[in-house]
Amino acid sequence: MDGQSILLRLMTTFGGRIVETHAHRGDHTAVVERSAILEVLRVCRDDADLRFDVLMDLTAVDYLKYPGREFGPRFEVVYHLYSLPHNQRVRIKVSVEEDGAHVPSVVPLWPIANWFEREVWDMFGIRFDGHPDLRRLLMYEEFQGHPLRKDYPVNKRQPLIGPKI
Amino acid sequence: MGERTTREIYLGEGSGTGSGSQHLYVNMGPSHPAMHGVIHIVAELDGETMVNADVEIGYLHRAFEKECERGPYNNAIPYTDRLNYVSPLINNFGYASCVEKLLGIDATERCNYIRVIMSEISRICDHLTCIGASAMELGAFTVFLYMIKAREYLWELVEDVTGARLTISYARVGGVKADLPEGFALKVRKAFKETRQVLEEVHKLLTGNRIFMDRMIGVGALSREETIAYAITGPLLRAAGVAYDVRRAQPYWAYDRVEFEIPTGRNGDNYDRYLVRMAEMEQSMRIVEQALDAIPGGPINVDSQGRPMDPASYVDLGKQGKTEGLLLIPITLSPNLAGLEKPVHQQVNVADKRVVLPPKEDTYGSIEGLMNHFMLIMEGYGIRPPRGEAYFPVEGANGELGFYIVSDGTDRPYRVRCRPPCLPPMAALHRMIQGEMVADVVPTFGSINMIAGELDR
Repeated sequence: MDGQSILLRLMTTFGGRIVETHAHRGDHTAVVERSAILEVLRVCRDDADLRFDVLMDLTAVDYLKYPGREFGPRFEVVYHLYSLPHNQRVRIKVSVEEDGAHVPSVVPLWPIANWFEREVWDMFGIRFDGHPDLRRLLMYEEFQGHPLRKDYPVNKRQPLIGPKI
Repeated sequence: MGERTTREIYLGEGSGTGSGSQHLYVNMGPSHPAMHGVIHIVAELDGETMVNADVEIGYLHRAFEKECERGPYNNAIPYTDRLNYVSPLINNFGYASCVEKLLGIDATERCNYIRVIMSEISRICDHLTCIGASAMELGAFTVFLYMIKAREYLWELVEDVTGARLTISYARVGGVKADLPEGFALKVRKAFKETRQVLEEVHKLLTGNRIFMDRMIGVGALSREETIAYAITGPLLRAAGVAYDVRRAQPYWAYDRVEFEIPTGRNGDNYDRYLVRMAEMEQSMRIVEQALDAIPGGPINVDSQGRPMDPASYVDLGKQGKTEGLLLIPITLSPNLAGLEKPVHQQVNVADKRVVLPPKEDTYGSIEGLMNHFMLIMEGYGIRPPRGEAYFPVEGANGELGFYIVSDGTDRPYRVRCRPPCLPPMAALHRMIQGEMVADVVPTFGSINMIAGELDR
């Protein structure tokens, strides 16, 4: 199965819940509705023709200052999947609104999502529903804000932490 | 009351004995002699057995991804040096290739071969460091010294090509900074001869060593299924018996034109990881040797008038007042220091004026060259890939190293994401050390070869 037929397969299975597909620079991508993301990823992992058994990467992008997308959904959570048996890659994306940004967690499908999702929560402030232990991964607990958001200033100072003297 | 183990009977522990034994929490790190980077393991111990562990990372976070968004595309190259600082060249090339994919251009053939050669040399450095350090932590200090000696030969090669040992910043979007120096192939052969000798010695010292085997076999093992579920790639996945290597699965640069094998293990324990790394070094040397034979373009031609002279000695002679003879020597800049000779520049860089700075002769010698230079340097111009996104994976020393870049059409990357190859094994570290002894943490941690720079970014 090549990339195009993978996308076709997803579209026939999920119909309107696949919002958009494209293959920019040969990276086959499907944008999925938030409510369907867990199901789509489960099919990607378990379907005999797809078998995307590795969650290579999970990250997010903040589109706040992207030209033409200032008013659309602010975030996108990006899943890069790889199939060991079929040697194929696919990218699944899900748009997330800013207000109380949250996505279903995929920890039940892949344990590695635990750390990846913690990092996304840490950096973008997107919550993952059903995550067993949603703590910050790279920053410390007292850190204020989410540094990879586009409205987080690069030179922002954080309050000092430590024992009070 | 359930069955009590022998240990519980002897020590009066367990349910129903009333001894009230409880688990002990011990902090390993963030600063610990056996930790190669800053990392914090909160270990829950039952005696000396690891019941549970919580791994905390982030002590070396330097906001790599945020910093990349601030400057033009080529500004991120020095930051990528500091991701995996044992094999920085692979990060360099991975990032540059991702931007090239975004732009839709291909590097020149000679550049592809240079990238293969330098990446494989870096991979050997990385494996040498990993095995050397973890052997030292098990008491084999000699091995460490031998390995560092071999790494020194290879780093001298890196220094020859890039001008630096660690923070090399050698790649550019669309090419590399400079061509390989003269006589490089010969130096590589010499260095590899020494390295092979060292590896043979290390094989004799470690591979059949009783102490080493007792400490490594069956320790830190992770099943094949779990390794895949944790998205672990590289030597750790191959040690578990899955022959996945990006270089073979989805060849990039010139990897489809060289022959090499993918060594695999069976048990996924520390010993198999050691064997896989040892075998991979030999394969990397094979790749470099083939690539050096096949590299197109050949060495830099020297004109009949004079050898390429390096500018530093030219200035030195001038300072001493020895100018008479100098005036007669045609100035040829060395390709590796001050400038680039035009033909060499064209060999290793793509002919795309939107991406690559013109050769210095053009910048200083013609108005078109100067304008082209300014168009790439001025703020707001520079390299401007069309809107879109691209993910480019390369085989790093520790596994798949991926860059995911989103472009908004300006001269700055909108978002740069680095998929660090050693984050997944660190996320699975608690599974590897669960139920093992405290002392086993050290070789297991060593076999992961955590590099805090790329883990915390």
